[in-house]
Amino acid sequence: MNAYSVDHSHDDHHDHGPPPGLMRWITTTNHKDIGTLYLWFSLIMFFIGGFMALIIRSELFQPGLQIVDPHFFNQMTTMHALVMIFGVVMPAFVGLANWMLPMMVGAPDMALPRMNNWSFWILPFGFSMMLSTLFMEGGGPASGWTIYPPLVLQTGDALPYLIFSIHILGVSSIMGAINIVATIMNMRAPGMTYMKMPLFVWTWFITAYLLIAVMPVLAGAVTMLLTDKFFGTSFFNAAGGGDPVMFQHIFWFFGHPEVYILILPAFGIVSEIIPTFSRKKLFGYTSMVYATGSIAFLSFIVWAHHMFTVGMPLVGELFFMFTTMLIAVPTGVKVFNWISTMWRGAMTFETPMLFAIGFVIMFTIGGFSGLMLAMTPIDFQYHDTYFVVAHFHYVLVPGAIFAIVAAVYYWLPKWTGNMYDEKLGKAHFWLSTIFVNILFFPMHFVGLAGMPRRIPDYAVQFTDFNQIATIGAFGFGFAQILLLIVVIKCIRGGEKATNQVWDGAHGLEWSIASPAPYHTFSPQPVVK
Amino acid sequence: MNTLHNTKLGLIGLLAFVMSNSTWADWELNLTQGVTDISREVYDMHMFVLWICVWIGVVVFGAMTYSMIKHRKSKGVEPAKFSHSTLAEVIWTVIPFGILVTMAVPAAQTLVRMEDTSDSDVTVKITGHQWKWEYEYLDSGVRIISSLDPDSRQAAALKSGIDPKSVDNYLLEVDNPLVLPVDKKIRFVLTASDVLHAWWVPAFAIKKDAIPGFINDMWTQIDEEGIYRGQCAELCGRDHGFMPIVVHATSEAEYQDWIQAQLASAEAEAQSADREWAMDELMERGEGVYGTYCVACHQMNGQGIPGVFPGLVGTDLVMNDVEGHINVILNGVEGTSMQAFSTTLNDADIAAVVTYERNAWGNDTGDVVQPTTIKDMRVQ
Repeated sequence: MNAYSVDHSHDDHHDHGPPPGLMRWITTTNHKDIGTLYLWFSLIMFFIGGFMALIIRSELFQPGLQIVDPHFFNQMTTMHALVMIFGVVMPAFVGLANWMLPMMVGAPDMALPRMNNWSFWILPFGFSMMLSTLFMEGGGPASGWTIYPPLVLQTGDALPYLIFSIHILGVSSIMGAINIVATIMNMRAPGMTYMKMPLFVWTWFITAYLLIAVMPVLAGAVTMLLTDKFFGTSFFNAAGGGDPVMFQHIFWFFGHPEVYILILPAFGIVSEIIPTFSRKKLFGYTSMVYATGSIAFLSFIVWAHHMFTVGMPLVGELFFMFTTMLIAVPTGVKVFNWISTMWRGAMTFETPMLFAIGFVIMFTIGGFSGLMLAMTPIDFQYHDTYFVVAHFHYVLVPGAIFAIVAAVYYWLPKWTGNMYDEKLGKAHFWLSTIFVNILFFPMHFVGLAGMPRRIPDYAVQFTDFNQIATIGAFGFGFAQILLLIVVIKCIRGGEKATNQVWDGAHGLEWSIASPAPYHTFSPQPVVK
Repeated sequence: MNTLHNTKLGLIGLLAFVMSNSTWADWELNLTQGVTDISREVYDMHMFVLWICVWIGVVVFGAMTYSMIKHRKSKGVEPAKFSHSTLAEVIWTVIPFGILVTMAVPAAQTLVRMEDTSDSDVTVKITGHQWKWEYEYLDSGVRIISSLDPDSRQAAALKSGIDPKSVDNYLLEVDNPLVLPVDKKIRFVLTASDVLHAWWVPAFAIKKDAIPGFINDMWTQIDEEGIYRGQCAELCGRDHGFMPIVVHATSEAEYQDWIQAQLASAEAEAQSADREWAMDELMERGEGVYGTYCVACHQMNGQGIPGVFPGLVGTDLVMNDVEGHINVILNGVEGTSMQAFSTTLNDADIAAVVTYERNAWGNDTGDVVQPTTIKDMRVQ
């Protein structure tokens, strides 16, 4: 794509640096600063959520209770999920969007910079509130991240704090999403038509609509919990004429699109990286865009596949089985397109490419187990077992997390101006890939053998696979320290990066200097 | 690539370690085939879909691997220029769709059979409680409560020091198993008293949620006599992992004998509630009831868990207010995991456990509560 032309001659008029000190970060409205804040926040939460996972895996290392009380164990499974979903994956994607979207569409900044500042800065407060519940009377929420009533109504003092923090996180996400939509619709450089936008922009565009559509639904559901608990309503209380299953319908109407919110930007990232390192254009750009749109549409009509065992009418079960299976088609198209992009390219395997290929393979494994789970009659056997745990960890860890890590390696030279340490990056990839499979693959087996999820203790026949998984968990956890080291090392120095960084890279973000100046693209470039 | 080679060696080493350290018999890898027509159908479908996934995986990952080996820059290849092919894209949309249809049709047929609960021979009502199962045979009126057996419960206490491997069927054994006849269509109706639970026995391939205020149903027909085990499959609070399910499938004759024996013992139990009980008798029975129903929250020493479950030692309710004490046990405390025991426990059980709580752990109030008192309070 040599059709871009950028006029650099005006850049220096605007290249004043940021104000010094802490106030730079608190008052910043610069998309790059806010992107950095989001990414650091996400990394810190990743280690907090990972620490919780290690508590869970330590308790599950052998049968019997050795370390924590079951009530605390349930708090850990609940918090681990909330932190990883709302504190790691979502902020990381928003951080990447902040950094890259303006640079990819040739905009000087995000469309709504002050709101951008606010949508980040309410996050730390939301999470402080959520994490503080662990130290309250009765402990933190212990009903799983799905917060199903009536169980969640047994939560102690933590309940209103949990609900308020979910509201805050929702507000933050909605503001971030509005900002992204406004930026993409209004701030594209002249000539950058919709069908010329890089795929990362496209996937985020669609994701932002999903966020705007479903975060209010979650807010509504948790508000109903709040009024049921404190204001005498009976939305979910059968004794008062309500229905506990209605919560699950509302929750998963949010929850399933949420699943795609966690994966569509990852698709975009991989669709940027694979062409670069294959030195070949993305195969089937148009069908990639339509596939993303189809997946987003289908995500609204499959929600009840999370609840096949609640006792739906037969017709309902059939409908949700068929629509769920359909998702395999556009997802398959994406995988085939990625492989066709690699096909007859001239590939090199730098760290971002390794993580992207790891993503395609292991996300597909998660897709296979997803297809199996879609089949209602056999889902009755899989539902709420470790098979499900294996499935969604495959799509979220070597899926979403690997894509985020790939993106960090891919764009880090652009952000810092320095190349990262390739040796350490590769070591990080191989250790992560080996341990993530040792961690999650055995979970398929214990799940099929009959181990339910969310239990702190198990029958002795599940011991061996659980021990392997725990070993994998510690290996994977400690391997992530390498990521921190690579990032810090890269910020502090290293081989200078060129503007293009990767010799197969195309797109506006590679046409500007490395590191990217504090202000870019004012005036805007013209895309031919 | 050297790292790749090392990885392979590492994986082979791990596999060798795994195989040498354990007999494969312990390593259950796959779904059970089960003991019903439905469970075998489900197993076959599981294997069918699994093999489809494996073959797609072989093709997809095979193509990727080939490409990664052949199409690398270090081999001096020039990248091709193509970037779309309508024909290819149509093919890989249509073929997966066709495969999905071949999977969906038999799945729908099996599902229709699974949901047909008509013409059953025996109906059992299952009620989920935190954290035990109640079974009621609607045809004969027999009612049993099934909770984790005491050996497992002791070993499962935090830092118990008891090796779970020394306990038979650790966490998968109950005090009163569900007894069902083989070769009969058994219909289950499910509900719950407090929070959501889910009743699951893998050998029957059935799982359904028990929902407070609502009734679900499902069915099974067991082919072989034997003992089948399962667990609660919906997070239901602290002891979610400690409410197993055990089914004894017996011949029709044995099943009928068991029903008669249950009816007789229920009758005897009902009569005993009217007589005067001695303190020792109540304390002994009360300890048993406490150990089954109360210990999970209020703990062996009656201290509860601060901030989560209240203690019972020296509190006003337990030391003074007898009526309030009985009332809490009969009717529960709304919005907490303290459930109403009025339907789960009989008069003698409640009298015994109240007496026990008022005299154990140094409470020593000397109060003796008679089953007749409970009976009177129920009438009010």
